[in-house]
Amino acid sequence: MAAPVRGMAGSSSIGNTTSFQKKTRSKLVSIPGTRPSVQNGQLLVSSGVSSLDYVIGGGLAVGTLLLVEEDRYDSYSRMLLKYFLAEGVVCGHELFLASARDHPDEIMQELPSPIVDDVAGMKISEGQSQTSDPENPDTMKIAWRYQNQPRVQTALASSVRFGHYYDVSKTMEPELRQAAKCHSFYQLQETPVTTGSSPLPSPYLALLKSIQTVIRKEGFDGSAPQSKVRNVLRLGLHSLGSVLWGDDVCCKDNPAHCHALTTFLYALRGLLRTSLSVAMVTIPSHLIQNRAVMGRIIKLSDTAIALESFRGSEKETNPLYKDYHGLLHVRQLPRLNCLSCEVPDTKDLAFKLKRKQFTIERLHLPPDLSETVSRVSKTELAAGCGTTATGNKHLDF
Amino acid sequence: MFPELNSILSSTPDSFKSSDFILVSDRRADASFLIHHYLSFYLRAGCKVCFLGLVQSFSHYSAVGQRLGVSLTQAREKGQLVFLEGLKESTGVILQEETQTLSYLRSPGAGLEGLFRFVERSVRQSGNGDAGESWGPPVLLIDDLSVLLSLGVSVGAILDFALYCQATVCSELQGNMVILVRCEEEDADDDEEGSNLLQRGLVHQCNLALHVEGLPTGYCRDIHGQMEVWWRQRGETVYNQRKIFHFKVHDKGASFFARGTSSAVL
Repeated sequence: MAAPVRGMAGSSSIGNTTSFQKKTRSKLVSIPGTRPSVQNGQLLVSSGVSSLDYVIGGGLAVGTLLLVEEDRYDSYSRMLLKYFLAEGVVCGHELFLASARDHPDEIMQELPSPIVDDVAGMKISEGQSQTSDPENPDTMKIAWRYQNQPRVQTALASSVRFGHYYDVSKTMEPELRQAAKCHSFYQLQETPVTTGSSPLPSPYLALLKSIQTVIRKEGFDGSAPQSKVRNVLRLGLHSLGSVLWGDDVCCKDNPAHCHALTTFLYALRGLLRTSLSVAMVTIPSHLIQNRAVMGRIIKLSDTAIALESFRGSEKETNPLYKDYHGLLHVRQLPRLNCLSCEVPDTKDLAFKLKRKQFTIERLHLPPDLSETVSRVSKTELAAGCGTTATGNKHLDF
Repeated sequence: MFPELNSILSSTPDSFKSSDFILVSDRRADASFLIHHYLSFYLRAGCKVCFLGLVQSFSHYSAVGQRLGVSLTQAREKGQLVFLEGLKESTGVILQEETQTLSYLRSPGAGLEGLFRFVERSVRQSGNGDAGESWGPPVLLIDDLSVLLSLGVSVGAILDFALYCQATVCSELQGNMVILVRCEEEDADDDEEGSNLLQRGLVHQCNLALHVEGLPTGYCRDIHGQMEVWWRQRGETVYNQRKIFHFKVHDKGASFFARGTSSAVL
């Protein structure tokens, strides 16, 4: 998973008969658990879920902010946060976890355990071969215009494996977990900081100071002595904007500190851009009444996705969605150091949490060939045309 | 610099209108590729550029500028480009440092006077650099102005700032000004303090408005959106002409075409 430093150092031609010399990519730092993006050379880390990496363009770029809009009961967004932190433990990155509701140690104890063997990796190729037709797939008699279209593949995966798979039913071993350095920030145990003339209220200000201290002390912003090996800091901020952070943006239509969260995100982005760190922030967006604030929050982050789980809603019993646990909406993809961004194939994505994998698939609905499908709407139309016949409604035009 | 956009707007780096206020706005899309276009356009034209980069780092613009053929680091060293990196200094300012330019971060209610003083200083500096080169008319580029709303500055203060800048840069110094404003969806109940109000206020002051939106028919992989060009008044004459183009953003530029003539369709 480590990005290998390519080529040998371009040595001088002392004693070298060949004139061909490979140049070293010395500008790219080789940090374990990262790889350069194929699109624009950005350093990427895995988010812990390989289908999510594919959806957001290969992975999370170092120095950016991933925003996850929580689902209604915070079950799957919390799972994504745990995947993110578990990936950090396995790759050897440093972690910073801040939360206001559950103690960070509790979240750390629930991290899923990594699957060591390659069994889960084989499943990707299996899914693609199952779509072959029993009869001759080459000729289409009726829909021959669609002959040249690629076959629809629901499973999203890339051929290069980047990241690990986790078994949700087991928790990570304490030895593995303690090997990773983790800084935590628990809102309820922090002493309130005097804000002075700062526009940020106390909890966000304390959190920002704490993040800046960690970055400076551990040298993620490049101020460390050269002898230390470069590493990436993963920041997980759980449920920002909720009431426990002292913010009322989720309670009221016109909150008193309506700019607290947005100012915090702006300052956090500034910190991320100048250091080797990645942040994942979850926000209970279903509680925020003011749509304009949500729009601003999305624009202040780099990658933004939203999870909508079916649990408790009427979609749970909808036969179309019976295979999935919820929908995934990609709200924004970043354009970093280039003009264009990874344009996704489709915007209809659904996710499903299996024991060994969190899969995100394209929501592909096959054509509905049942008899009764299109008759339902005709009854309403027929009444509008003012017909007097009350006979067999299916024959009304 | 996008050649097709130059021909649509009939301007080239050698001949472009001066005292122009160009407003670039978007709604649920990303119009920042137009800012990269204008940055490379004015640097190629040899103007003195003051760039307020409030949302991205310098290396981002520099990397894109290299693909478009201008070197921002060189321009900065020569003194042609004055770049304000809003993100880099923001954390320090919010936490404890004192600053004049970014004073809106510490006290958003007080207004943007510090920022205006910075802009004034940068555009008034005459080009008596080391090489004795004199640059062309000054240009002010802002990316993006609506982020100040997220930081707590009021719409009135931002409109005042834009008016002061226009009076100094466009009217007094005969330079150009390009501002990016990012809007939200139109709400049924009008929000008084919103980006829509800001965009409407600025569009009345501008000479040319470029508005980028997604396609009204939905998401498409080959056409990234539509851009509406609105030629507004110019001195005494009022044009009021509007045209809509579709565009697609590539790695090294963007192509613009009339509606329905995308290469994916034809």
